[in-house]
Amino acid sequence: MNLAYRDVRHNLGRFIVTCLGLSLLLGVVLSMIGIYRGLIADALDLVETMDAQVWVVEKGTRGPFAESSRITLDARESIARIHGVRKTGAVTFQSIETENGASKLRLYVIGYEPGQLGGPQLITSGRGLTGRNYEAVADSRAKLRPGDHIQLGRNNFTIVGTTDNAVSSGGEPAIFLSLDDAQRLQFDLSPSATRRERARGIETTNPTETISAVIAQVSENASPDHIASEIRRWKHLAAMTQDEQSYILTESVVEKARKQIGMFTSILIVVSAVIIALIIHTMTMDKIREIATLKLIGAPDRIIAGLIIQQALAMGLIGFGLGAIFINTIKSYFPKRLVLQPLDGLGLAGVVIVICLLASLFGVYTALKVDPAKALAG
Amino acid sequence: MQNLKSPLISIENLSKHFGEGETRVDALRNITLDIFPEQVIGLSGPSGSGKSTLLNIIGCILEPNSGRQQLDGETVYDGRWLRSDLRKLRLEKIGFIFQAHNLMPFLSAIDNVAVVLDLAGLSAGAARNRAAELLDYLEVGNRADAFPASLSGGEAQRVAIARALANKPRIVLADEPTAALDSGRAGIVMDLLRKVAIDQQAAVVVVTHDEKIYDRLDHISHLRDGVLE
Repeated sequence: MNLAYRDVRHNLGRFIVTCLGLSLLLGVVLSMIGIYRGLIADALDLVETMDAQVWVVEKGTRGPFAESSRITLDARESIARIHGVRKTGAVTFQSIETENGASKLRLYVIGYEPGQLGGPQLITSGRGLTGRNYEAVADSRAKLRPGDHIQLGRNNFTIVGTTDNAVSSGGEPAIFLSLDDAQRLQFDLSPSATRRERARGIETTNPTETISAVIAQVSENASPDHIASEIRRWKHLAAMTQDEQSYILTESVVEKARKQIGMFTSILIVVSAVIIALIIHTMTMDKIREIATLKLIGAPDRIIAGLIIQQALAMGLIGFGLGAIFINTIKSYFPKRLVLQPLDGLGLAGVVIVICLLASLFGVYTALKVDPAKALAG
Repeated sequence: MQNLKSPLISIENLSKHFGEGETRVDALRNITLDIFPEQVIGLSGPSGSGKSTLLNIIGCILEPNSGRQQLDGETVYDGRWLRSDLRKLRLEKIGFIFQAHNLMPFLSAIDNVAVVLDLAGLSAGAARNRAAELLDYLEVGNRADAFPASLSGGEAQRVAIARALANKPRIVLADEPTAALDSGRAGIVMDLLRKVAIDQQAAVVVVTHDEKIYDRLDHISHLRDGVLE
């Protein structure tokens, strides 16, 4: 006779409410892990979207994401001429805040030369950029559709297409513009500022001369490491491979946020463990007289321990399952991306099992200490 | 097979004290007592006289300090416990009936009885059959599927008696089994215990303050300050 099952069945309402409470707690833990994964995925998505193997940036910097980088546009031609380089692209990056209807919208502007590297890999609706001015392709999270118009700087842009998974490490949706448009957006001064600069005798530079980085793909028989090394040696520029850029993004740019979330997740797991232990202890204390009676009528310790451990495991696993379903259901409503990976889920399930086992040891200890004579007390 | 005339419970010079030195309290002093099959005896006495201590010792819940104790022909205590598996001993030889019936609230009446048989290793089917027989025997078979919360005090006490008898113990220890019952129901419970004593050749020990059942006991042992009067 499975006493744990009988007890749960008899107190089903209370058990379900306890599981629901626990599911919310474990759902929060799972969502924190999802936010952590989302942060890394967001950081890497942009680098992957660019489909580059080598990143060339201003010498002495680790740009363009970790640090600001400015190089001249002719660097792209110079990189393209290196033996082993198959394809290149000049890109610019900047964050911008604009308005979409009544709401504020932060966007990560990426300028690239249509037809060259640096544009979105996949157009999910509409079309890509063709080189015409004042056209843009936006990430779907910007909630812009083909045909929409948006004011960026002093110009109005038409959305011609949308893409997916192009966000900055801060979670801002990307918007792709032609390099020319992006450079003007980034460097053009307002007419009054231009007049002031001219009055000071400073002639404004041609904005189309400056870019953030050059990205390159290498031939099949060439090594990105070797090409990056060549560029560093001969071109007076900094160069890094895609792996190095990814490392900078995950280990440097989002490191603090990653550690913060990791620490918060750890604290949440500890809090969950304490709460699970308290619930199990309370469940055990509620049954203290029944446990004393069981001991008195001859039930061995394994039956009593089984009663507590089975209920603890059932509560933990059901709570985890409900929490996972809950978070999976609402994950699309989170303002930032939540990446729920099966392995993370299994890992947390494992942690929950260990917590339940450890917490139930406390309950089992209490139960095994119960004096059977307690059953005789009136 | 035990001789029916030999005692089922035999206690010789049993003593139990709590604490040492100035705080020492002698709960039982040199108790000697024999209880035979078919006997229903009462233990009475004022609060703190040692009734519960004696019941706990007979039930192998509390270890005495000295003396000798035999249960169903087996010496279980002689200066120390002679068996390490006292819970198994209780499961095999002793049935307990409590003042507050102590039924598992999450088990139906039949399962409250079957759980003891399940612990003894009977199959689920056999345990339920035997439990159903016992409930019928105690005239609560019609409430087999009811949970303790929906049983009346008398019904719950009968289910508790059925549980105590499940393993056919030869020793039944009852702690104030009629305290929560009116005279009519108390009489029925005592009649049932008498029936059990006769049918199962069992010794029944009833701790009680309830004077209305004194006339249904074969003998009443009065305890005062740990001494049998």
